[in-house]
Amino acid sequence: MSADPITVSRREFLIRSTAAGAGFALGLTLPALGCNAVAAEDAAGGADEVPEVNAWVVIHPDDTVVIRIARSEMGQGTLTGLAQLVAEELMCDWSKVTTEYPTPGENLRRDRVWGSFSTGGSRGIRESEAYVRKGGAVARQMLIQAAAEAWDVPMDACTAADSVITHTPSGRTTTYGKVAKAAAELWPPEHVALKDPADWQLIGKPVKRLDTVDKLHGKQVYGTDLVLPGMLNAAIKACPVFTGKVESFDADKVRSMPGVRAVVAVGDNAVAVVADTWWQAKTALDALPISWDKGPHADLSSADIDKMLDEGLTSDEQVFVGNAGGDARQGLADAAQTIEAVYAYPYQNHATMEPMNATAVWTEDRCEVWCPTQDGMAALEAAADAAGLPIEQCDVHKLHLGGGFGRRGAFHDFVTQAVSIAKQLPGTPVKLLWTREEDMAHGHYHPITKCRLVGGLDENGDLAALHVRISGQSILAAVRPGWMAEDGADPVTFQGFHADGDHAISYSVPNLLVEHAMRNPPVPPGFWRGVNINQNAIYLECFIDELAQAAGKDPLDFRRKLMADHPKSLAVLEAVADKAGWGQAAADGVHRGLAVVKTFGSYVAACAEVSVDGGEVKVHRIIAATDPGYAVNPQQIEAQVEGSFVYGLSALFHGECTLEDGAVVQSNFHDYPSMQLKDMPKVEVIVMPSGGFWGGIGEPTIAVAAPAVLNAIFAATGKRVRRVPLKHQDLS
Amino acid sequence: MATLKVNGKPVEVDVDASTPLLWVLREQLGLTGTKYSCGIGICGSCTVHIDGAAVRACTLPVSEVNPNQEIVTIEGLSANNDHPVQRAWAELDVPQCGYCQPGIIMTAAALLAENPRPSDADIDAGVTNICRCGTFNRVRQGIHLAAELKQNGGAS
Repeated sequence: MSADPITVSRREFLIRSTAAGAGFALGLTLPALGCNAVAAEDAAGGADEVPEVNAWVVIHPDDTVVIRIARSEMGQGTLTGLAQLVAEELMCDWSKVTTEYPTPGENLRRDRVWGSFSTGGSRGIRESEAYVRKGGAVARQMLIQAAAEAWDVPMDACTAADSVITHTPSGRTTTYGKVAKAAAELWPPEHVALKDPADWQLIGKPVKRLDTVDKLHGKQVYGTDLVLPGMLNAAIKACPVFTGKVESFDADKVRSMPGVRAVVAVGDNAVAVVADTWWQAKTALDALPISWDKGPHADLSSADIDKMLDEGLTSDEQVFVGNAGGDARQGLADAAQTIEAVYAYPYQNHATMEPMNATAVWTEDRCEVWCPTQDGMAALEAAADAAGLPIEQCDVHKLHLGGGFGRRGAFHDFVTQAVSIAKQLPGTPVKLLWTREEDMAHGHYHPITKCRLVGGLDENGDLAALHVRISGQSILAAVRPGWMAEDGADPVTFQGFHADGDHAISYSVPNLLVEHAMRNPPVPPGFWRGVNINQNAIYLECFIDELAQAAGKDPLDFRRKLMADHPKSLAVLEAVADKAGWGQAAADGVHRGLAVVKTFGSYVAACAEVSVDGGEVKVHRIIAATDPGYAVNPQQIEAQVEGSFVYGLSALFHGECTLEDGAVVQSNFHDYPSMQLKDMPKVEVIVMPSGGFWGGIGEPTIAVAAPAVLNAIFAATGKRVRRVPLKHQDLS
Repeated sequence: MATLKVNGKPVEVDVDASTPLLWVLREQLGLTGTKYSCGIGICGSCTVHIDGAAVRACTLPVSEVNPNQEIVTIEGLSANNDHPVQRAWAELDVPQCGYCQPGIIMTAAALLAENPRPSDADIDAGVTNICRCGTFNRVRQGIHLAAELKQNGGAS
């Protein structure tokens, strides 16, 4: 028996379908999901009861303001931050603000009025701030105009604040809720002035998140929690070897097990059992005999991949230049002293707490999907592809994510599978949920690389030349070949090494050469919170410390000398050094390490305080500074910085996926551990927005956690850790 | 058929005896606040109370729960969502994605029931849940705040 649909407060909406046959055609009544789903009818402007002032703003007669959010909430606080941006210009009563997601299908029907749905690369706020603020400002103007017209007074005699419009000369007032319907019928102004940052009242304020309450009572509906009338549940197993296929399976062995309704092939590489409950489906799947055609990579091991990468450290084949200035080779030849080191960084799984899932219902002319996704439009494209239907006949209903970290943005394998299963059971909603084991086996992993660095010091011990050779996997080659440079280079590989831009190197090196020998093992790579800055920051920031040590210089002084032309980077570095008391003795047995990067458009630095006792590393405190240009919600920035350290330090201490017999060895949190509360350092966050630009927040500080800790470990032990995770190191 | 007492009410469910309590709660009783994440009792997302103790429901066969035992899920933690832990969590904006939070809240509530003023070391030992968003520092602050709220006459 299935439970009743979830009883969250919600509107109900109808999926309209002209499908003949299936019960679907009768108008399946489905639950909307808390505050997150927009009924297509509302968004389409069928605003009988709730006037849509414009695409971003809906105002109810009781002055409730609904702000539409195109990006996805996965914990990073973008829902609240984006609402703050709209509300700042709308000048509405913040206490009456709620949010909802437009569907990607609606976005298509409305000529992509909500812009990008993609939620990754710490871009949610920085790439949409201008148009969402404009959306708020336009709505405000229309509301004021509606009031002015009703009163027959000039618009410029009216002001708005906290959802109240005042005719200043007469003192007359009305509210947004009262004029919203009239405002919705006005032609939007073409030009609106956005507020000067000095006048912001809501942007920069540490307001509470809008999505907390439901998360405290078990009411937040995640994809895993969705229940639709008549829904069946599916468990899936794909060939554990990448590119392997299903050879055969014996459905008869499990067909009579409790609750089982169907056993289906999914694509050419997976099998799913569909049952009344997911537990029944999983139990039957575990009992299902499946034989695999493991394909050409059945013998792949981590040792093979290691060899590929080692070869790339010195090879001339498939080598791309990411940054070059001066003559690094000559600079090294002329150097008074050269230092060389090789670092390595492994595959890692995103391991979102909520395993991959999607719910789909398919008929001959309609397909609907409910899922957690970082990119609703990409999910819709995947759904339409799998459904074999025109995209206009499909839609995706987004739910808040139980973690994303990059896993649910560029990849919608779980949507493809769910639709493929639902297509075999026309008219029946099917929820597909992966086990943790499936999630570990079929990730899109943080790419593997190694890096050889050679630095040359002049007779004064200053850095004269640096040659960085990265060897390893390109994400773009596998995921977004269209984004690669004309010469075949993957610019994302060079995060943190670029000459300029969002991921520019923080140092001026007279002779610099940064290269990438592209080596792509047959393991699917993906964007993983921070992406390539994670390892590149370790490579550069730890090696800079090695150079400082070789030069007999203090790591802060050594960096300072290279940062004269990087004042914002220097400012965050000095901020953490000052707060930590760099140069003064730390507590007994405690040692410090520094790191600084510019990444995702923000300037970040960290100072870690660490002790090592009998080989056991304890991170006591990390001081972190962020200059994101503008800080929309400082308390959420603090939360993101702290959280990024948990993700970054989990990777540093534990995170590694290895390959054996073509498959990922790690299968769950017992062999892919994640940091626990007891290991969490005290985190002191400095938010120092310098204005004039918009930098990202969710990812940047993840990059400084690991190198700052590694540099502190060196200070404590005299040992350089060049291969992570730390579990491989003997620091006793 | 199994008889259980969940959030104060007796319920009967028709399931295989080996079905983990987690899936009985989620799929038979519609109590989806209790989450599945690892399925092997490590991450704590499925934590519920049984007779007041924090228990990981994903590895506990329903047959091992006695009909008189009081099972409490996140939905039944407080009558008006005002358990001191929930109030402290709201005050500090603890959750990020929130998926692990029902389990952490239930863990924290059980810890406080047993130890009204836990030290940092007690919290270290008592909260072993996994949170990939990394809310740990606010979880720690939240437990201390909830302890204060509770002492000052909070509900539950």
